[in-house]
Amino acid sequence: MLRDQDRIFTNIYGLKDKSLKGAMARGHWDGTKQLLEKGRDWIINEVKASGLRGRGGAGFPTGLKWSFMPKESDGRPHYLVVNADESEPGTCKDRDIMRHDPHTLIEGCVIASFAMGAHHAFIYVRGEFMREREALQAAIDECYEYGLLGKNNKLGYDIDIVVHHGAGAYICGEETALLESLEGKKGQPRLKPPFPANMGLYGCPTTVNNVESIAVTPTILRRGASWYTSFGRPNNHGTKLYSISGHVNRPCTVEDAMSITFQELIETHCGGIRGGWDNLLAVIPGGSSVPCVPGAQMKDAIMDYDGLRELGSGLGTAAVIVMDKSTDIVKAIWRLAAFYKHESCGQCTPCREGTGWMMRVMERMVKGNAQKREIDMLFDVSKQIEGHTICALGDAAAWPIQGLIRHFRPEMEKRIDQYTHNAMAHGAVLEAAE
Amino acid sequence: MAKLKVDGKEIEVPDHFTLLQACEEAGAEVPRFCFHERLSVAGNCRMCLVEVKGGPPKPAASCAMGVRDLRPGPNGEPPEVFTTTPMVKKAREGVMEFLLINHPLDCPICDQGGECDLQDQAMAFGIDSSRYQENKRAVEDKYIGPLVKTIMNRCIHCTRCVRFTTEVAGISELGLIGRGEDAEITTYLEQAMTSELQGNVVDLCPVGALTSKPFAFTARPWELNKTESIDVMDAVGSAIRVDTRGREVMRVLPRVNEAINEEWISDKTRYIWDGLKTQRLDRPYVRKDGRLQPASWAEAFGAIKAAVAGKPGDRIGAIAGDLASVEEMYALRELMSALGSANIDCRQDGTALHPSFGRASYLFNPTIAGIEQADALLIVGANPRVEAAVLNARIRKRWRMDGFPIALIGEQAELRYGYEYLGAGPDSLAELVAGNGKFAETLKNAKNPMIIVGQGALSREDGVAVLANVVKLAESVGAISAEWNGLGILHTAAARVGGLDLGFVPGEGGKTAAEMLTGTDVLFLLGADEMDFAGKSAFTVYIGSHGDNAAHLADVILPGATYTEKSGTWVNTEGRVQQGNRAGFAPGEAREDWAILRALSDVLGKKLPFDSLAQLRSRLYAAHPHFAGVDEIAPANSAELAALSKKGGKMTKSGFASPVKDFYLTNPIARASAVMAECSALARNNFKAAAE
Repeated sequence: MLRDQDRIFTNIYGLKDKSLKGAMARGHWDGTKQLLEKGRDWIINEVKASGLRGRGGAGFPTGLKWSFMPKESDGRPHYLVVNADESEPGTCKDRDIMRHDPHTLIEGCVIASFAMGAHHAFIYVRGEFMREREALQAAIDECYEYGLLGKNNKLGYDIDIVVHHGAGAYICGEETALLESLEGKKGQPRLKPPFPANMGLYGCPTTVNNVESIAVTPTILRRGASWYTSFGRPNNHGTKLYSISGHVNRPCTVEDAMSITFQELIETHCGGIRGGWDNLLAVIPGGSSVPCVPGAQMKDAIMDYDGLRELGSGLGTAAVIVMDKSTDIVKAIWRLAAFYKHESCGQCTPCREGTGWMMRVMERMVKGNAQKREIDMLFDVSKQIEGHTICALGDAAAWPIQGLIRHFRPEMEKRIDQYTHNAMAHGAVLEAAE
Repeated sequence: MAKLKVDGKEIEVPDHFTLLQACEEAGAEVPRFCFHERLSVAGNCRMCLVEVKGGPPKPAASCAMGVRDLRPGPNGEPPEVFTTTPMVKKAREGVMEFLLINHPLDCPICDQGGECDLQDQAMAFGIDSSRYQENKRAVEDKYIGPLVKTIMNRCIHCTRCVRFTTEVAGISELGLIGRGEDAEITTYLEQAMTSELQGNVVDLCPVGALTSKPFAFTARPWELNKTESIDVMDAVGSAIRVDTRGREVMRVLPRVNEAINEEWISDKTRYIWDGLKTQRLDRPYVRKDGRLQPASWAEAFGAIKAAVAGKPGDRIGAIAGDLASVEEMYALRELMSALGSANIDCRQDGTALHPSFGRASYLFNPTIAGIEQADALLIVGANPRVEAAVLNARIRKRWRMDGFPIALIGEQAELRYGYEYLGAGPDSLAELVAGNGKFAETLKNAKNPMIIVGQGALSREDGVAVLANVVKLAESVGAISAEWNGLGILHTAAARVGGLDLGFVPGEGGKTAAEMLTGTDVLFLLGADEMDFAGKSAFTVYIGSHGDNAAHLADVILPGATYTEKSGTWVNTEGRVQQGNRAGFAPGEAREDWAILRALSDVLGKKLPFDSLAQLRSRLYAAHPHFAGVDEIAPANSAELAALSKKGGKMTKSGFASPVKDFYLTNPIARASAVMAECSALARNNFKAAAE
């Protein structure tokens, strides 16, 4: 278990003073000016050395991402955009940062902006996050008042932070759709290339980072990359906010080291699985868009990017959804399919047409009103979506269904058999229509 | 230049090429729906997926990826692209299946049948059966105006129409609302579209979602005869294809002509064809007892002979209309000179333009394609949007490229691009000539400044003075040099430049068009309908195709042919000589106009020396060699403009007004068209009509 002194988010539950003063008392904003004085290259190299990988789901190395920004401005301003459109079902870490520990994020914005030569940072907050936006805005106002932000501030680096409130669309969490939305357009992902580091917000070099990735950087810089790499396995270093929901005794958001086992995570923080480990059916370990893993395989799984990839799933946002044997797994995955169908932006063909198709087939699968060969067809359709779309929503919609078919095919077949045996009970018309 | 291998074939293409263009360069066929050369890249249909070696393990959209973005192999080998691998085949089949699951199976009743991209590509790249068992999506059809019919079930959301209206037409009238599978293309609250170029979305739509409303259910594309021709609705001379069945014109489509219309045509050009069938003059008429009575050709010619007999040449006149071809104007001119008359005029609107000022004084000298080279533009007394909609799209295209300041003197109108408004009339022009104001500086600093002058500034009492001042301005800002002539006269009549080239203007002591109405005893009108004939006293012979203004007042009517029914030469506003072709025959007893004049000349005892169009043309080419250069612009001598600028004259105070009051009703054919009438009514009511 992570020691208390190693926690980055010291007020994630909002039990302590979340004002600037309180944050400073807990060590935030400590020596920020000195960190900036060490220079851009030092910051980027330190973040690279820490092995920090993007916490938004894709796990792209953060330091590397920052280094893609042009070193010198060609006349265009640089922008930092923080993706606070946390809409992935199961994920609830960023909202806690914004509500209870907003100064970690604000300080991170200052440092990250400095590292990439940006004087403007935008925080795109999910439409449904009212209180989060208020708390964040209040904290930012506080920083302006104290002279940590704005022109000629105490840190010696001009930086403005703008909080933008989205309108509540899952797709706006995709980085380029987020930029479109931020520009006032319809939130539809852009084609890549050009990548945002070249042509991002308003056509200017832009880096889009997850809230958690930005919020952890000040502490990493203060305590050193070697401190951060002391947690987790190589390539998966650091600490991570896990948000555990579902059939555990105490669902929670908790910070712990990477690469702990699933069992340790659940036993230490969540009071175990509801009804004991034998009652565990399946786990979605990284938010709704990664494939589910059967409980038996999950118990000893290592909670990091590589460990979960070996299981055919992914760490994603580390939003662990635990399902015990009372769960109708087919229906659960159908619900996710319905979510992706609802949130598909409609721009490109495979996702627009495919998500609806999959949802409808899943709808019949829930009842068992299907043919067994349709399971293969469903798998094939999901493969036709995966990798053929503009953004990753198509992949995200395909993976849960692929996970279901891979691991729970007998359950689906059983249901089809049952439905067929009970055909009369459903009021089937045995006489031909005239 | 970038080197790459497509399906193993090594090619070299320019750096700015997309993979799709590179693949085509290498001869590989790549299917596509959303990609269009003249629109921005959307990359949303996903049909053009190709495999890129060394890239991520998924196919890439070739329309959206530049060859620049490819990385060479580990040892510097050229990057490789494949279009025939199993991965690509599977991707295409998958996308095609997705496109078809919600596409209705109504091909047998779909007007797009036979020219449907989806149909063709489903045959070439799809699979033969469907696995989709669910209900298909139903989408409500939208009312988007009288020209474009929607069957939205068929829409595949390629957004070509949205991109066209936003980018080319310059007005965001169509959009994609909703998201996911509920996304729908519509206008805001089902308002009718207002763009003069809206018909082009029908051509752009790769499926049958947007089809031509007037053409609906009338013909199949494969049963139509296609004739390549030239449009005469405005002076742009767009390249068109006239589709006929039997002798009936069924529709008009654009042809590609990079120099003029690219591949767009205006709605008037496209939807005029129902006007070719109504109000037609299909037999001669002679006025007896105050009423026009049907007559035979011999009777009609006899009546004319009687009227002309004994009249001195200076009491006979001829006015050529706006749609007349060069050949018939030539025949009429020859006939008039044989009759000893100098009273000929092709300028119904009384414009100040005259061949004696030099050819450069009445041409659109910078050329339409040349608009893209200009770097500053002044528009004087013109509304290009209604006077030459396709040319206006070219101005907008240049404007979108940035660095193109535009200013306007005249009526303040919505032009689909931003401009600085300098004033209403000659005063503002005089200011610029004097070198005052910021825009004078802008013009002066521009490398290729351009000035467009419309007929609204020239067809007035002080037209010559305005023209002289404009030329003076052009000279002073350096718009006229050996390499660049930025003076562009924008015509509205297809016949005008040809007439001026031909010298179809009053000769020595001759009367102008307006003077002829009262100052002659016998007046020949060659399709001239755009004048106020109220005070007319002469015996009038109307040679034309439609029973319009002039025909009602005529004493003898000789039925002629429209532009789709004759082979003729027209010279567009740039001075480009173009030949239109006959797509069908004129109805009833109507004849081609040159033949009517030839027959009439025989009756009048002044037999014209040609018996066929070929003979007419060889005489015409001998007298005016530049008409032989079809599709070419005979260079105009810009040095002649110097004399014009010295021609002073006083400009009046009144503001310039565009001669086109109603875009949809500018000529006899358009006024006979029910579709144009509906459009015109909608436009007059400011498109406030409620949806159905």
